[in-house]
Amino acid sequence: MSLALDESAAPILEVREVAVHFSGLIAIASMSFAVPEGEIVSLIGPNGAGKTTAFNVITGFLKPTGGRVLFRGTDLTRLSSNRIAGLGVVRTFQRTSIFAGCTVFDNVLTGMHRQGRAETWGALLRLASVRAETGRMRAAAAEILAFVGLSHRAGELAGNLAYGEQRLLGIAIALAADPKLLLLDEPAAGLNPSETEAFMGVVQRIRDRGVTILLVEHDMRMVMTISDRVVVLNHGRIIAEGPPEVIRANPDVIQAYLGQGVKHAKG
Amino acid sequence: MTARLLPWLFVLVMAVGPLWLGDQYILYVLTSTGIFIIGAMSLNLLLGYTGQLSLGHIAFFGIGAYTSALLSLGFDLDLGGAEPFVLGPQPVWVAFLGGILVAALFGFLIGKLAFRVRGAYFVIVTISFAQVMRMVALNWVDLTEGPMALNNIPPLSVWLPWDGVIPLYRKEYNYLLVLAVAVVCFLVIQRLVQSRVGRALVALRENESLARSVGIDVTRYLVVATVIAAGMAGAAGGLYTHYIRIVDPDVFMFIYTVTMVIMVVTGGKGTLAGPIVGGLAFGILPEVLREVARPEVQWIIYGVAMIVVVFFLPQGIVPAVRNWFAGRRKRVAATALGLRKETSA
Repeated sequence: MSLALDESAAPILEVREVAVHFSGLIAIASMSFAVPEGEIVSLIGPNGAGKTTAFNVITGFLKPTGGRVLFRGTDLTRLSSNRIAGLGVVRTFQRTSIFAGCTVFDNVLTGMHRQGRAETWGALLRLASVRAETGRMRAAAAEILAFVGLSHRAGELAGNLAYGEQRLLGIAIALAADPKLLLLDEPAAGLNPSETEAFMGVVQRIRDRGVTILLVEHDMRMVMTISDRVVVLNHGRIIAEGPPEVIRANPDVIQAYLGQGVKHAKG
Repeated sequence: MTARLLPWLFVLVMAVGPLWLGDQYILYVLTSTGIFIIGAMSLNLLLGYTGQLSLGHIAFFGIGAYTSALLSLGFDLDLGGAEPFVLGPQPVWVAFLGGILVAALFGFLIGKLAFRVRGAYFVIVTISFAQVMRMVALNWVDLTEGPMALNNIPPLSVWLPWDGVIPLYRKEYNYLLVLAVAVVCFLVIQRLVQSRVGRALVALRENESLARSVGIDVTRYLVVATVIAAGMAGAAGGLYTHYIRIVDPDVFMFIYTVTMVIMVVTGGKGTLAGPIVGGLAFGILPEVLREVARPEVQWIIYGVAMIVVVFFLPQGIVPAVRNWFAGRRKRVAATALGLRKETSA
């Protein structure tokens, strides 16, 4: 698969020949793709194709067996996950991931960790700079909650939210970390159609704020509607890459998803 | 407003009440309970806020106690070199601070270790750590006097405008000193947990992967918490050693860690007031029971009380009381709303 991009946009993320082996089992054989800045790129493929593994490699939760991941030229494969987040590469999780025992507001405030400077001594002495910072962060957290539409739940314990609201909160926490590149791992999983509809709006508005998005999603309507570019993985290899309309017509993709039988059905 | 004043009112009552009662026995009970409450507060920072169960917490207490005792008595250390290292007696407050520092240093090492081994393994490592400390205290007779204990430890001293510098032999002064240190520790923990640092600690407890994914350096904050908790436990140990004025290897006994865990869990882990409420309840209960029941029965009642609290209030006393008040406020608000609807209809 070539790295060359036909579009003019410079890639914010480049995955180069990444391989992941779990003691003999090959999760990703060799994967290369690029994410242009400012776009929504979807990574799709059947279950077990290696999508979440790819996310784990990019965000430093898993060290690849080989290959490199470049974020604006910096190799991420050597960095710890919190350092990678500090560079502006932030992910959400496939399973709902929130700080269940904290209030919704504190969840977002915790997500803003990297934007604060206050350390132990500043906190103990309640320095003026620390108090000013707290004020700024609280205002920004309120703004993020309003953005995803959870302001009315700010004081509620996160664990008490409805499922769809928890998914939204997961995005709010990731947004609070001020991402340049946001990786969403099946954000619409388990949502009903109207919730998915609302979710697509949120994802598009995040892109409009200048955040590049890499999306893993099974809801094909969502993928085909909002993506600028789609990368298709199967058995740990990239089998197709391009704009949604091209991918939809690609016979390899149809075969990977629906199997051989589709030919007979069509014929 | 009342919520802000309430803690200070509590401190005032605790400062004046027992002195006004003037009973030496009550003062003794409250002082030793207060020392344990400081230990429990420091344990709560780890157990309640970062979610790490250290069952060797008494080690930091004991290290603080021994270090402070040794520095104030002076010691000579023969490590097999040509000349033994000799240190004369140091001023008590220097010794006290030294105890805090050495305990904090061990906290640093354990905090670093906590990230290599987690969960059940960490619990085992911390228990072993406390046991090893007990063995060292028991067997390094040249330094610690072993089972013969360190005796004649000088009390802490204080400068008073009307008396000058006086050693604190009297129970009243020791009691007030423990109360003052407890207040300082409470404020340190309060400011810490309500800050960005505290949110990072809670994030580690609630969801470590998510914490890392938003860029929180969990290793670092766990070490910060362990260092502060260990230093505080060391301060409690220093207070103990200069109050009781004798320290033997039994300070490292496992039962003392358990006592602190009981205080934290029954009071409400991860709450500021929890260790104080739990500490007062389970620190004073044995003394109250001593008046009314035979020794065997005392421990049965103690155990039953503990099981009842944990069974019916699994979150602890403080969260239960808080929820009860919140629930009542909601019900009152709901009734008021219902009335308004009725009148408008």
